[in-house]
Amino acid sequence: MPGKLKAKIVAGRHLPVMDRASDLTDAFVEVKFGNTTFKTDVCPKSLNPQWNSEWFKFEVDDEDLQDEPLQITVLDHDTYSANDAIGKVYIDIDPLLCSEAATVISGWFPIYDTIHGIRGEINVLVKVDLFNDLNRFRQSSCGVKFFCTTSVPRCYRAVLVHGFVEELVVNEDPEYQWIDRIRTPRASNEARQRLISLMSGELQRKIGLKVLEMGGNAVVGYLQCFDLEGESGLVVRAIGTACTLDKISNTHTSASATNPCNSSPSKDMKEAGFGEETPGVPLSSGPPTPLRAQTFSSFSPSKSYSRQSSSSDTELSLTPKTGMGSGGSAGKEAGPLKALLRQQTQSALEQREFPFFTLTSFPPGFLLHVGGVVSARSVKLLDRIHNPDEPETRDAWWEEIRQEIKSHAKALGCHAVVGYSESTSICEEVCILSASGTAAILSSRFMQDGTLDTEHRFEDLMPPGCGFCHIPYDELNMPFPAQLTYCHCCRRYKVPDVLFTTIDLPTEANITGKGCLIQARLCRTKKKAQGEGNATAISNLLPFLEYELHTQLMNKLKLRSMNALFGLRIQISVGENMLLGLASATGVYLTALPSPGGIQIAGKAPSDITYEQHISNMQKKINDTIVRNKELYEINPPELVEEVIGSPIPEPRQRSRLFRSHSESSDEVSELDLSHGKKDAFVLEIDDTDAVEDIHSLLTDAPTPPGFYSCNTEIMPGIYNWTSALQMFTSVRVFRLSNVNVTNQGLNKVFNDLCENLLKSLYFKLRSMVPCCLCHLNFTVAVPEDELIQVAVTAVAMSFDKEQSLENGRQIVDKTLMKAITENEEQLQFPLELTAESSSSAFCSAKGLSEVSGPLPSARDRCSSWIEQLRLKAHTIRRGSIKTMSSLEKASPLPEGRSRSLRSNRSYAGGSVAVVKMTPLSFLPGTKIIKYLGIINMFFIRETTSLREEGGVSGFLHSFIAEVFAMVRAHVAALGGNAVVSYSMKECVFMENPNKNQAQCLINVSGDAVIFVRESEIEAATPQPHSASAHTSSSGEGT
Amino acid sequence: MSMELDVFVGNTTIIYEEVYQLWLDGYSVNDAVKMRKENGALSECEASDDVLQSDTMDQYRTFQMCERLLYSPSKLANQLLFQIPAHSQTMLIERYYEFDHNFAREVLGKKLSKGTKKELDDISLKTGIALRSCRRQFDNFRRVFKVVEEQRGPLVENVQHHFLLSESLAKDYAAVVFFANSRFETGKRKLQYLSFQDFAFCAGQLISYWTVGAVDNMMEDMDVDLEKEFLHDLKELKVLVNDKDLLDQHKSLVCFQLREKIRVFTEMEANFKNLSRALINIATKLINTKDVRDLFIDLVEKG
Repeated sequence: MPGKLKAKIVAGRHLPVMDRASDLTDAFVEVKFGNTTFKTDVCPKSLNPQWNSEWFKFEVDDEDLQDEPLQITVLDHDTYSANDAIGKVYIDIDPLLCSEAATVISGWFPIYDTIHGIRGEINVLVKVDLFNDLNRFRQSSCGVKFFCTTSVPRCYRAVLVHGFVEELVVNEDPEYQWIDRIRTPRASNEARQRLISLMSGELQRKIGLKVLEMGGNAVVGYLQCFDLEGESGLVVRAIGTACTLDKISNTHTSASATNPCNSSPSKDMKEAGFGEETPGVPLSSGPPTPLRAQTFSSFSPSKSYSRQSSSSDTELSLTPKTGMGSGGSAGKEAGPLKALLRQQTQSALEQREFPFFTLTSFPPGFLLHVGGVVSARSVKLLDRIHNPDEPETRDAWWEEIRQEIKSHAKALGCHAVVGYSESTSICEEVCILSASGTAAILSSRFMQDGTLDTEHRFEDLMPPGCGFCHIPYDELNMPFPAQLTYCHCCRRYKVPDVLFTTIDLPTEANITGKGCLIQARLCRTKKKAQGEGNATAISNLLPFLEYELHTQLMNKLKLRSMNALFGLRIQISVGENMLLGLASATGVYLTALPSPGGIQIAGKAPSDITYEQHISNMQKKINDTIVRNKELYEINPPELVEEVIGSPIPEPRQRSRLFRSHSESSDEVSELDLSHGKKDAFVLEIDDTDAVEDIHSLLTDAPTPPGFYSCNTEIMPGIYNWTSALQMFTSVRVFRLSNVNVTNQGLNKVFNDLCENLLKSLYFKLRSMVPCCLCHLNFTVAVPEDELIQVAVTAVAMSFDKEQSLENGRQIVDKTLMKAITENEEQLQFPLELTAESSSSAFCSAKGLSEVSGPLPSARDRCSSWIEQLRLKAHTIRRGSIKTMSSLEKASPLPEGRSRSLRSNRSYAGGSVAVVKMTPLSFLPGTKIIKYLGIINMFFIRETTSLREEGGVSGFLHSFIAEVFAMVRAHVAALGGNAVVSYSMKECVFMENPNKNQAQCLINVSGDAVIFVRESEIEAATPQPHSASAHTSSSGEGT
Repeated sequence: MSMELDVFVGNTTIIYEEVYQLWLDGYSVNDAVKMRKENGALSECEASDDVLQSDTMDQYRTFQMCERLLYSPSKLANQLLFQIPAHSQTMLIERYYEFDHNFAREVLGKKLSKGTKKELDDISLKTGIALRSCRRQFDNFRRVFKVVEEQRGPLVENVQHHFLLSESLAKDYAAVVFFANSRFETGKRKLQYLSFQDFAFCAGQLISYWTVGAVDNMMEDMDVDLEKEFLHDLKELKVLVNDKDLLDQHKSLVCFQLREKIRVFTEMEANFKNLSRALINIATKLINTKDVRDLFIDLVEKG
């Protein structure tokens, strides 16, 4: 009995009228946890009842604490008939189980009913007393922290990155049980919500156990998904990256307080510091990990680099129970494969059956080289899950796919896969499983037990802005006809001509100009079929779909004169009679990579003059577009002087003055220029309709309106000066195809227009935030019914300061500094820096600081935040445009700017609802996250039988999404937080039956609840040493 | 082929005043799109008709969802459904409760009942204000009336406190409530030349000097009702007509007060006896409800 859960029901407000006669409600509350239920008294005839109940105490196992949600039901007392339910609140108490997260849950929660939506609010207080349990065989994993964020959380430092953790649990879907025929929709929805809540709790606990077993204390990049398999059941699966994290303020305060960077923000010092902070890439030091050696031994070069090495698995598991004789159930800890591995290596890597990482950005020095995107898909026929306790089939399926990914990575000469994610698309009994990631070579720095290997850190300093672009595979064994050139930054190592990745742009990367969102959209008709036939048909279509998506991406990339894609996410969605493919990525011009050639159109036999003309017209259009795009995205790479096709031999050449990205490149190579080996222009043949289509889709992409940028990565490459104004939004569109005979081309156009129009609409709606960037634009497509296409987008619009963006000349410097900041000192080894660059004056001022802040209660926290603040100052001082920026922020008529005033104007009308910000990014610009309060993972079902009365499907979904936001905000506020970061809407399943006036929608959202403070507030709250304040006084508010 | 569903929901609910006003004015989505187009909304952000239509629909939906909350504005501040910046909340409320004086003039003094609601069609035709907008304004009157009718204390403050309105708007509502409660007749042709503002001024004066609250702040004061006792006491004013001395004294006092304050002073001075008699005749009759209702007609006719 190692835990006591206590709950107190304080009050309710805005309750609905349940008694028509009196226009009032006799409300009481049931509090349930596990099988124990308590009740409050009835508060008669009030819409704003005050219960002020006693503390209800539940004595429970911590296993239950992890699995079960606290369930609060508000009811209307009825003397004569059954009590009517008003609604429910589910509270996940997981955040209370971790000492570093929240300590109490207290606040107003919306009372939610799956039929009526939000019906009033209830004020609840929840606490947990945990007794230490040292039982080694315990089933719980309390204390393991979970983060949705796919990078090292901002106030932690990664000590060790253990690797991939995954788990899945299955159950029968209550919606499909026999009992569902006799129970009410409300009961059915609630059963489902509760089951999923339980399953996610269980899943989290099991993953936590694995993490503990690996010796970690946290899961970063936790990605949990539901597969609603219909008749065959409900699967909840999750993947993540196990890490050992250190809270920064606890361990490195003293070291960081004396960091000389604070007080001497001169450029030289900064860059020197930076050079050490980002360790060189120890190329000469051989394979950094045993694993790598192992991978090289079985190096099988077969796939095309930068093209996804993808494959569609046509093998069907019709009899899943007998499938996978190897029994390598990834979910079980003792697969034979694993045993084999264990015998081979006794190092810390032994657990790494799959060297996968769900992270998309990394501590500096962790990511050494990037090979390219690897992906695998497989089409499966669903079968009823017979025994929920043995989810072997699903495990086996994923195991297969992961193996494939692993071998693709090997083919690219890589030992690891980063930015890894998994997804499914289900239609009837066919399920497409997909996995993708980026093959990479990682430094052993964070993977070994014990102390970090510091010996390699200063060896062979490579310009860090290009290191990750250098090819990881063996040039001589290169099996595919790629064009390698010498890196345009360091001119020492080879780089590919194009690079596709699923990760965020590394902060240290050198880029030219700005990036932009690139999408490839494709729709293919498919004959209706059943079962195996259907699966075969889909399997046959998949490779073509992927190939075409890839071609489209490549064309669009070239059209924008860019050479790399980040954050690539390909979603393939299957419907009864069509397949949808949507690939989104952020294109950038990596300075290290060669300039892309143009696009050349070649027609068929040049017999017809008009045809020729048509072609040359098109060619002209394309060339114009390329020129326009270059201007738009400020891409002015070095002039290409000479063509040397296919021979990557370095030749000395005069460096063009236009070449801006020289700040880090060392002097001795600055006189060198490489022949880029300017490739033949990318040739598009328009002999067939496909190519015409391609070109059309190329040219129909409308440019973003002035003042707008968009990307699907965390932040826009090339923009660094964010203001604090932001607006997170979700937009959903469903399009009905009414033509019975739709062709591929027709469908394509419809789908393309749908996405384009949606983007246009977003730009219009967010026009008041200009100049702004839509970040983390996350599109999800689905085919909910025969003739419906659904597109859902969640993103954040962030304003930035225009002045700064014009100052191109300073960009590189900024970036270097920004890097020093964003990669944040948290993750670095301060003692090392200290010896390297400490100066006496720095010591003095820093000591002065620690004395000043010493007696303060939260001195340590403040110290570290102070450091960051100072760095920002140092950073902003040299930017030169801070004045305009801060004034802009104050004057801008923007939503969040307003919400700030809301906070300060608390006195207004008793407005007591705290503002909670939401963002899909891992940070909020202009703020510092001081505490992570725990993961938010919520699942809601909403159903209506009066669709018309609720404003049709749009009205229904609009209010539901607003309700979901409200519930997320309320939970965060109750945990004491003021923001959700890494927010995502993972599932939005919408079903309607307009004839019956009914609709149903399921939404699953997740994110990390955090407390942030504005940097300006830190500044105000922290005493500053003279040297620093002298600098900062003029700088106003930092970014 | 058609868009089946199209929604946009932001974490912060941003209200565009322009569209809000169109909604308040009772324009349909299509009309609103047309108006916005005429106002040049398309030139912003290279928008197309579809975009404008979709945006307008979204905002109209948001307004509809907010409307429920606006019925009791204090809820808006502590509801959880929409995260609306404070200044937007103020704007939402103020604009929602603003009314057309032309409209208010039409319903002034009428019983704020279902019956009157049926007349809104005619009022809409007469004033050119969209029926939807008329309904909103009328419902606002009714709602405010219902809440403050039975409340103690200063009427304007009650309105302000309960509906979080600006003082000037609260004063206008106080006038509407006051007129509706006392059912002053204002619809007669003879009174047509008087504007809402004229009546609102009178209402303000009556509230300040003639109501229960005005006479005694400590009592169970009701600003809404005229003080019965006071009206009764008005009977005593007859002496001012009957007694020559008092009449002269009254005249000199009034003239002293009004000298150089009104333009028609000389006429007033010349006609004082007749005016005074007429006024006092009206005053002495105010004991009857019927006569109270006809107060303004009498004032215009006989004054």
